[in-house]
Amino acid sequence: MWMLGPLGFLAPWLLVGLIFLPILWLILRAVPPAPIRRRFPGVALLLGLRDAEAQADRTPWWLMLLRILAVAAAILGFAGPVLNPSDRPEGSGPLLIVADGSWADARDWPIRVSRIEALLAQARRTGRPAAVALLTEPPAELEFTDPDAVALRLPSLTPKPWQPDPGTLAAWAATLTGDFDTVWLSDGLARDGREALLGALEDHGTVRVIQTPRQTFALRPARFEDGAIAVSAARTPAGGAVSAELIARGLDPAGVERQLATATLDFAPGAALAEVALNLPPELRNRVTRFEIAGQRSAGSVSLADDTLRRREVALVQGHADAATAELLSPLHYLREALATDVDLVEGALPDVLPASPDVIVLADIARLPEDEDAMLQDWVEAGGLLLRFAGPRLAASDLSRNEEDPLMPVRLRAGGRNVGGAMSWGEPKTLAPFEAESPFFGLSVPGDVTVSAQVVAQPDPTLASRVIAQLSDGTPLVTRKPVGDGQVVLVHVTANAEWSTLPLSGLFVGMLERLAISARPLTDEAADLEGTVWLPEEVMDAQGRLSEIDTLPGVPGLRIAEGRPGPDMPPGLYAGEDRRLAVNAVGPDDTLAPATWPARIEVEGLAAARELPLKGAALALAFALLLIDLLLALWLAGRLRGPRGGFAVLLALALLALPVPQARAQTTGAETGSEAGSEAGADDAPSPADEAFARLATGAVVLAHVLTGDTRIDDTALAGLTGLSQVLTQRTSIEPAPPIGIDLDRDELAFFPMLYWPITADAPIPSRTAYAKLNDYLRNGGMILFDTRDADTAGFGAGSPEGRRLQAIARPLDIPAIAPIPEDHVLTRTFYLLRDFPGRYSRGTIWVEAAAEGEAAAEGMPFRNLNDNVTPVVIGGNDWAAAWAVDRAGAPLLPVGRGMTGERQREMSYRFGVNLVMHVLTGNYKSDQVHVPALLERLGQ
Amino acid sequence: MSAAPIPETNDPVSLRARAEALAGALPPLLAAADQLAATVLMGEHGRRRPGAGSNFWQYRAAQPGDEARLIDWRRSGRADSTFVQEKEWQIAQSLVIWVDPSASMRFASDPRQPPKSDRARVLALAIAVLLAHGGERVGLAGLRLPPRRGRGQMLRMAELLAEDSPDEHGTPDTHGLPPLSRALFVSDFLGDPAPLEAALAQAAGRGVRGALLQVLDPAEEAFPYDGRTIFESMTGSTRHETLKAGDLRDRYLQRLAERKDLLAELARAAGWQFHTHHTGDSAASALLWLYGALERR
Repeated sequence: MWMLGPLGFLAPWLLVGLIFLPILWLILRAVPPAPIRRRFPGVALLLGLRDAEAQADRTPWWLMLLRILAVAAAILGFAGPVLNPSDRPEGSGPLLIVADGSWADARDWPIRVSRIEALLAQARRTGRPAAVALLTEPPAELEFTDPDAVALRLPSLTPKPWQPDPGTLAAWAATLTGDFDTVWLSDGLARDGREALLGALEDHGTVRVIQTPRQTFALRPARFEDGAIAVSAARTPAGGAVSAELIARGLDPAGVERQLATATLDFAPGAALAEVALNLPPELRNRVTRFEIAGQRSAGSVSLADDTLRRREVALVQGHADAATAELLSPLHYLREALATDVDLVEGALPDVLPASPDVIVLADIARLPEDEDAMLQDWVEAGGLLLRFAGPRLAASDLSRNEEDPLMPVRLRAGGRNVGGAMSWGEPKTLAPFEAESPFFGLSVPGDVTVSAQVVAQPDPTLASRVIAQLSDGTPLVTRKPVGDGQVVLVHVTANAEWSTLPLSGLFVGMLERLAISARPLTDEAADLEGTVWLPEEVMDAQGRLSEIDTLPGVPGLRIAEGRPGPDMPPGLYAGEDRRLAVNAVGPDDTLAPATWPARIEVEGLAAARELPLKGAALALAFALLLIDLLLALWLAGRLRGPRGGFAVLLALALLALPVPQARAQTTGAETGSEAGSEAGADDAPSPADEAFARLATGAVVLAHVLTGDTRIDDTALAGLTGLSQVLTQRTSIEPAPPIGIDLDRDELAFFPMLYWPITADAPIPSRTAYAKLNDYLRNGGMILFDTRDADTAGFGAGSPEGRRLQAIARPLDIPAIAPIPEDHVLTRTFYLLRDFPGRYSRGTIWVEAAAEGEAAAEGMPFRNLNDNVTPVVIGGNDWAAAWAVDRAGAPLLPVGRGMTGERQREMSYRFGVNLVMHVLTGNYKSDQVHVPALLERLGQ
Repeated sequence: MSAAPIPETNDPVSLRARAEALAGALPPLLAAADQLAATVLMGEHGRRRPGAGSNFWQYRAAQPGDEARLIDWRRSGRADSTFVQEKEWQIAQSLVIWVDPSASMRFASDPRQPPKSDRARVLALAIAVLLAHGGERVGLAGLRLPPRRGRGQMLRMAELLAEDSPDEHGTPDTHGLPPLSRALFVSDFLGDPAPLEAALAQAAGRGVRGALLQVLDPAEEAFPYDGRTIFESMTGSTRHETLKAGDLRDRYLQRLAERKDLLAELARAAGWQFHTHHTGDSAASALLWLYGALERR
């Protein structure tokens, strides 16, 4: 090879052809361009005209130059020019190519493989045997073979998600024999054992290192800090300010992996570490499965999250909240205080908190749950939930678990409980006995000032002894526990507030809750905990940071996991133990990165430098392009580009010129697509067209609705009644209802209707379970049901008549608050009309509404109490309002009411009741506001 | 426009074919000529002087010698003297047209432009239509179509004009040129000028006046050629090779100017008008010039 600066020629003797270029110049000059034949009538005028120059029209010098250049480019091209030919003095012995093959290599592994290929190609040219070794998985036996054979094995060479182990390397270095030269493709990270191996390799021959300086990130495992997730990352080299995007990934509720949150890791200039705190909602946080640095495809930039990131979710449920109760008396106050720092609290009604799938549900003094909720709770406990119940006056007063053991109570209870040390009882308040060794509370010290003055008492029972986990000094059970399915039920026999005992005021309370694994602290992987356990790898990570499920790897002893440092025997990934999963990450919590340094005697070169670039194709393409340009110019000079075909010729030539330009192809990045693909999958199933039509019908305007009873006559009357009421509303008020709808409780959505009119017949069917769930939901969310027994309340208190008994049966599973006969100052009496009684077809009956809160008295001179209650969820009466409201198609009353004018007056009043009722439903307690009092007083005075 | 020469037989089928071939070519030519003539034709035009005719021209006082039957009694009744009604002079003139049918006229430098022969024929036919409207008799030179009037004459004329000649350059035929008539020669006049000179001399001898219309292609006027070129005449009989066509441009243009001067000189000597028309220009302007030149006294 003949060198000219950075340019080498494979066939330099061809360059001799350049000598002939001047001769070519002369020849080209001598040859005139070919003539064009033209038809021209004026030729007669041309006859006899001589050319001024005897010489042929010369080809212009620049066209000649162009041609000469084209020929020169062709000669150069065929001479085989190569840019940056590798002219390295080549050794002759075997060549060992060593790559670190750690996760830091994963990002640009293809470049490394192509570099190895280039090295192998060079070795092939010089006929050296070669071998390739990955330091993360050193081959047991090194065999130098034909470079082609080695190149064949390159595709199976993949980086590993761990770092080379110094011990393994030392052992491997000891097995090397013979003389060979080494090329070391370093991943650029400093680590132990590198110098030792370098020394060992240098014993066998020269060592050359290929290493590129580049930014490498390592993400450490996430941890909890001050209620937020703290994620820190290391980098090398610590140069200027760099921002890296941190992505938290996890499953969405539909089970599709998504990006749940992002944050930015800002490395300050010169700082090797950066940290960011992620403040995520608990539901989101508990779903995070991994953190990663965006755009870094290596196991080091991925950190798997295991159970340690989860915070337990505790649901606090109490019975009907008494708004007037002082906060310190609230049964949940002390629980809240004790738990708030360590767990995520959810509060609300049971059906609201169950979908949040809490780890623990606390029921404070709740005796009886609605039937369906009871079943739901039982399912939840059996699936592994922990139900913690506290006693209280209500539990003591109820007959729950009295005669037979309730599934959700650990013991049977004696009636009434007991009081000790009170004003009406003998004895002193009891103190706690030390905890037994079997008790989960064993080891907690019992402070002497914890006393119990009242408690519920367990019935003696053969199973009682095994269920007691804490008792009083006199042996009375204080805390009992019973396993249910996978879960357990725990009953604390005192209240959760300080009413019955001072336990909630003491530090013991917190300790006990902790022991019950309610406020479990983040789990630790201390060696002591892990000793003797075996963890099975469930998912392992490759060097690119991709997880894949695996069930073929053997279990890993807990001590090995505690030791950290993943290796071939313990690849990074998720390991499942008995009750939890542990993450083994490629980067440890305290790992830092540093750039690798090499002794000065070692030659270090970049990865991309010294690439051989053959220029033959480019030179020939240039020659071809020049010839094409020459063609165009020659045509133009000869005048052939003018005229009709000229433009076409130019286009054709330009197209030819454009052809050989190589197409730049965008590299396809396949890695991006995976996570986004599933994002569409979680769409909700669309409602059916019929449902949609119903919803549109019901929500286009206010629609009054009645419950279909199955009795055609009753249903027709109800529909006619609501039609009449709707007409009256349209005539007299700004409410303009659409025609009423009869609804089927099982099928139709209730949420669209402000109120339901429900006539009760003696043989009305009991609604189904789903219907009850819907009704309870409806009542909780502000719906209102007007129950009409249509019996004129003949039996008083609604209990004596068949309809009344049916109503009781129907309403039993409904979540109906305490009710009371409507007070005189109820807001229903003045939402639109001022009413005193509420007649329908009958006028005598009492109607019942939600009971008002106690303790409010009317201020002096005010006709009403200051009650800011909600819309009553039920109105119960028996006045057969629909019959009084009912109109036929012409708008005339359908059924007779009363006698003569008195009857008409009664019908009018029943309409007024209807108007007031709908107003009440739609405007709430607006008219109860004292602002209206002066106006109302004025009208009352008239 | 070039109707293929079809052998003259009396075979009805052949006649029919010829007729259709002609009908295919002629109406467009005649229509184009009609359309062109319509741009100039404003209406019936008289001689603007008293004479024999049918249209009223003016009244004049009767003079001795006027026949009594010439007196317009209606006009004279309104005055004391007698008046004679004079008619506008409407005398028919003869126009003889020669259009060069030679090969050199079939040149067009650009396919978007008509060949010179096309333009020449359209112009000739248009002026014929125009003058025929004015009452003149129009015919073709060389005894092929003596001057007559009427629409049929136009059709026959169009038919004869559409014939091509294989000659390189055409020569005006002065046979049958009626004395004191008018003549129009349309050609590129790029051939030998001697026959034209002779024809003009003959015509002048018979008191014929007229116009020479030189139809040239824009390329013949501009000579936009360059490089090594072999120029061939349209039949290929004459050729001229040059190594640098661009060098010839000036001298060619000079020769062309000399030729135009010569033609103008010849025309002036014979009392004729001369004009050069380029196929790139509008035909209407040439027609206007023709009209003016042939109307000139």
